[in-house]
Amino acid sequence: MLGRRGALRFLALPPYVWLAVFFLAPLLLIVAISFRPETGPIDFDDPWTFTIAQYQRILETPAYLRRLGMSVVVALVVATAATVLAYPIAYFLAFRARERAVFFLVLLLIPFAVSYLLRVMAWRLMLGGEGAINSLLEWLGVISAPLDLLIYSPVAVVVTLIYVWIPFAALPVYAALQRIERGHLEAAADLGAGPWTRFARVTVPLSLPGAVAAFFMVFIPTVGEYVTPSLVGGTEGYMYGNIIQDFFSQAASWATGAALAVIMLLLTLALVAVALRLIDVRRLAS
Amino acid sequence: MSRRTSVGIGRTRVPLGPVYGLMLLFLYFPIALLFLFSFSTNTVLTFPLRGFTVDRYREGFGDAALLEAARNSVVVGIGAASIATALGLGVSIAVSRFRFRGRLGLFALAGLPLIVPFVVLGVSLFLLFNLADLPRSLFAIAAGHTVIALPFATLILLARMGGLDPALEDAAMDLGATYPVTLRRVVLPVMVPTILSAWLTCFIVSFDEVAIALFLAGGDPTFPVFLYGQLRFAQRLPVLIAMAVTLTMLTVTLTLIAFRLGRRKE
Repeated sequence: MLGRRGALRFLALPPYVWLAVFFLAPLLLIVAISFRPETGPIDFDDPWTFTIAQYQRILETPAYLRRLGMSVVVALVVATAATVLAYPIAYFLAFRARERAVFFLVLLLIPFAVSYLLRVMAWRLMLGGEGAINSLLEWLGVISAPLDLLIYSPVAVVVTLIYVWIPFAALPVYAALQRIERGHLEAAADLGAGPWTRFARVTVPLSLPGAVAAFFMVFIPTVGEYVTPSLVGGTEGYMYGNIIQDFFSQAASWATGAALAVIMLLLTLALVAVALRLIDVRRLAS
Repeated sequence: MSRRTSVGIGRTRVPLGPVYGLMLLFLYFPIALLFLFSFSTNTVLTFPLRGFTVDRYREGFGDAALLEAARNSVVVGIGAASIATALGLGVSIAVSRFRFRGRLGLFALAGLPLIVPFVVLGVSLFLLFNLADLPRSLFAIAAGHTVIALPFATLILLARMGGLDPALEDAAMDLGATYPVTLRRVVLPVMVPTILSAWLTCFIVSFDEVAIALFLAGGDPTFPVFLYGQLRFAQRLPVLIAMAVTLTMLTVTLTLIAFRLGRRKE
């Protein structure tokens, strides 16, 4: 007869094994490969030699570091803007929508469920040379010729990604706002706090874990983006993720690409370590 | 007294209703434009929109490669969602019902894929499959998608397990049921709507994913990979968008079903 302890093995072991094979092993592998010397596709029958040449090459190439800096800035702007814009949405759902909250939440989930590539293409239609915004401005007589700085620029990448992430960012903020005990707000009101004071001193601090979660849930995918920049970014909007992708396609220098990817991984892990100091994950586990 | 405060709660006197309306307008407008575009005779993404046609849809449904890619996405989505949900169920029961060494470790590991940028995971898996001499394939894509879907499955299932009274399981075992029988006959039946909700969420995560899949797709692409590859051919754009709109209807419907199932309590 299988006891509870025996059952635990069947519950916990498969996820451990699956993640060890398809998550931890590839990440360890990419670290190992980043120390190989090859500057082309790798033949894994060749002996493993250790060199930091890939990292040296990257550190000596200012263009890579500039792209990394640019990607961090883009991700910071996108994550901040998406979180800030999502906040009033979440606040409305949590405090104002009342019995219609479900209806309004569904209205928010629909654009969220629309295919990511489709939403990016929608902004190509919005920002393009003869796209919606240019056509509208021309029709209004504001401009006489299409502005071509709208599309194929870092701004296009930022605008598109903010748009893509707003509904997603609203969800953790909404969850945090919903958990706020109404009693805290009543107590603040009884102690004479006005609406703005209550908002600034009670609501905002209590919703901060949700806002921080939203920020990072947007920041991490954005800093590694390469699909959106390749569709709306042009050469100026090219991000660090695009360089990594290039090393696995056109340039095909896998070890260099691996080193670039490891740098990106270390950067995100460092930022998450900071975030974990801000929000308590242990509470989520229990 | 209580009346005054309850009216005052949450009121900052900012008219948030209109703000919400404007935000929805901002979110829907570009998609609506693209939707309209898919019915226009325009061949490039420009304004004004000219005639009305359903040819794009007719052409799309007659395109064998496109339908094949859509079918591949469904296969990968079903595989990834089924494995991720099963693993997530294991994690959620283990973490919520057992005290063991590595409990927090298992929870952290199942959530960790959320903090690894897709491009990093994509190239890592690409290299792993190369090292193992395995071809890039739908299986490779599905394996990658299980990893990124697992955090979602785990969080959804764990939330429900947390709200489920362990006394139910104790009662079953007091009545003589073994633990596996208790799981099958007591826990799983109660969890069915949540399991479905988690499965649908994982399916959608996989169905829409392109950044990892681009590194792992071999000869047969999933729909987003196919779409991405074809976007550079301007004359294909209207048909591609029409088909993407069609498939998006599916994911929107599934999302709403997942939401409905996830909200059902007791």
